[in-house]
Amino acid sequence: MSTPATVARPRDFLVAVGTGEQTRRRRPFPWGTLIVHALLLVSVVVIAFPLYYCFILSTQTVDQVIEKPPLLLPSTHAIENYAEAWRKSKMGRLLVNSAIVAVSVALGKISISMLSAFAIVYFHFRGKTLVFWMIFVTLMLPVPVRILPTYEVVGNLGWINTYMGLTVPLMASATATFLFRQFYLTVPDELCEAAQLDGCGPMRFLWKFLLPLSWANIAALFVVLFIYGWNEYFWPLLVTNTADMRTVIIAIENIIPRSGTELPIWNVIMAASMMALLPPVAVIVFMQRWFVKGLIESEK
Amino acid sequence: MKRTVFKNRWLPYLLVVPQVLVTLVFFFWPAGKSLYLSLFRSPPFGGRDLFVGLDNFTALLTDAQYYDSVINSFIFAGGVTSLSVVVGLVVAGLANQKIRGLAIYRTMLLWPYGIAPAIAGIIFLFIFHPSYGVLPYFLSFVTSYEFNWLLKGWVAMALVIVATAWTHLGYNIAFFLAGLQAIPSSLLEAANVDGAGPVRRFTAIAVPLISPVTFYLVVVNMVFAFFGSFGVIHAVTRGGPGHATEIMVYKTWNDGFIGLNLGSSAAQSVILMALVIALTVLQFRFAEKRVTY
Repeated sequence: MSTPATVARPRDFLVAVGTGEQTRRRRPFPWGTLIVHALLLVSVVVIAFPLYYCFILSTQTVDQVIEKPPLLLPSTHAIENYAEAWRKSKMGRLLVNSAIVAVSVALGKISISMLSAFAIVYFHFRGKTLVFWMIFVTLMLPVPVRILPTYEVVGNLGWINTYMGLTVPLMASATATFLFRQFYLTVPDELCEAAQLDGCGPMRFLWKFLLPLSWANIAALFVVLFIYGWNEYFWPLLVTNTADMRTVIIAIENIIPRSGTELPIWNVIMAASMMALLPPVAVIVFMQRWFVKGLIESEK
Repeated sequence: MKRTVFKNRWLPYLLVVPQVLVTLVFFFWPAGKSLYLSLFRSPPFGGRDLFVGLDNFTALLTDAQYYDSVINSFIFAGGVTSLSVVVGLVVAGLANQKIRGLAIYRTMLLWPYGIAPAIAGIIFLFIFHPSYGVLPYFLSFVTSYEFNWLLKGWVAMALVIVATAWTHLGYNIAFFLAGLQAIPSSLLEAANVDGAGPVRRFTAIAVPLISPVTFYLVVVNMVFAFFGSFGVIHAVTRGGPGHATEIMVYKTWNDGFIGLNLGSSAAQSVILMALVIALTVLQFRFAEKRVTY
């Protein structure tokens, strides 16, 4: 897991592209740097525009939303729009549902992956290769290739429209298992030997040694899996059939006007969208280091 | 492989039980059932399944509408992948410079990954909105062509492609940055001494060196676009106008869940399965050969 290229010490690897250190004294003005800044700013603005647009619409009245030329500045009606979105789509319940799904899927995947990776690395047992390949093959079976039968299985278990149905079928994760396996393989053998000499059993070893060592991996995985769980669309749509079990991502679709005769309450739709997208985006912004680590290392 | 292992007869089995159980019950059994159902015609409201051999597949392969959904899927996945990989590479190249404020730029570039494709679709739906959207408004000064995604299939396709590519950008930028930072600075310094400018150093040295990352991202973006994009189609276009944005995953769901044509839907699932297996094999074949600097 010691992959310096991906861990957050970027400056060490940065290359003197752009300025050329050795000629700096002779160069009066760093045009190259200025151009890079300008281009980066343009990229940031272009990439951020859709979110900005969503935000400003969520602060305008319906009249301002349909105004021409479009009003590209925030207005003062944020509170009433957000309150209306909250009321109209029972946002509180939706956000709680999404949080339950995202957190349970992430924790569930992490726990069962950690256990099976531990078994695969630290034990010899008959059928180990089979188990490993079974876990690997799940990568090739995303929800769309088994839509109806999975629905049927969940139905037979009586899990339609329950939190169990929303979370448990998503909990197998090949990538998380591989990540833990990779990590355990880098833990020196001496640690396990020493622990065994001191009479430490396997579960105690996992709990007291491996778990504390893998916090960084767990945090990184959690961030990535949380975002995945929060943004999942297909599965919640299949297994829920009442408004109070919906997650926020699939519920917003319900308030989009489908016929031309409905009032375009785009300000309220955008307010609801803002509430749905802020949690995962905030997780990325505030836990960026873990996010990048989790994203890149879970693909190795 | 570990030299030191624990000796226990039953504990390892106990440890893998949760994962194996979830895998068997929710992955293997349903996938097997999809294979089975694809060979039968099931009456939607109960009754015995009728074995029809490969009829469901031949029906699909002679159905022009199914071909359309295949073509739509490739246009969609190809569009999303090329747009988000190319833009991601250029932006990562810019952000991989020795300048002030880099950390802030990076944060400002990665966050779109957190936005669900369906939500992105809803935002772009309004940006493209024929009566009120900001894009048709500004385009109306340039051309009198009506960019109405409710009427014109290709505009609807462009809408879902741009929205999906936007959400993939953060992922691609993160991987390209990691790849670019792994390039030994000596190589680029050597090129600098030889008189190569920043653009040339990027195109002639950095881009070829990170081609393994690019290949990986192309495959992963294809997989995302093929199998993870149900939400954006369902929330925004519903496969329309007509069937212009009906991608394979959406059609599989629509035929099975809404149309209750279980046999055909299962056959479509099996074709999708073949596709994802091919893409995964491609991805891992390459991972083994991945160049390390």
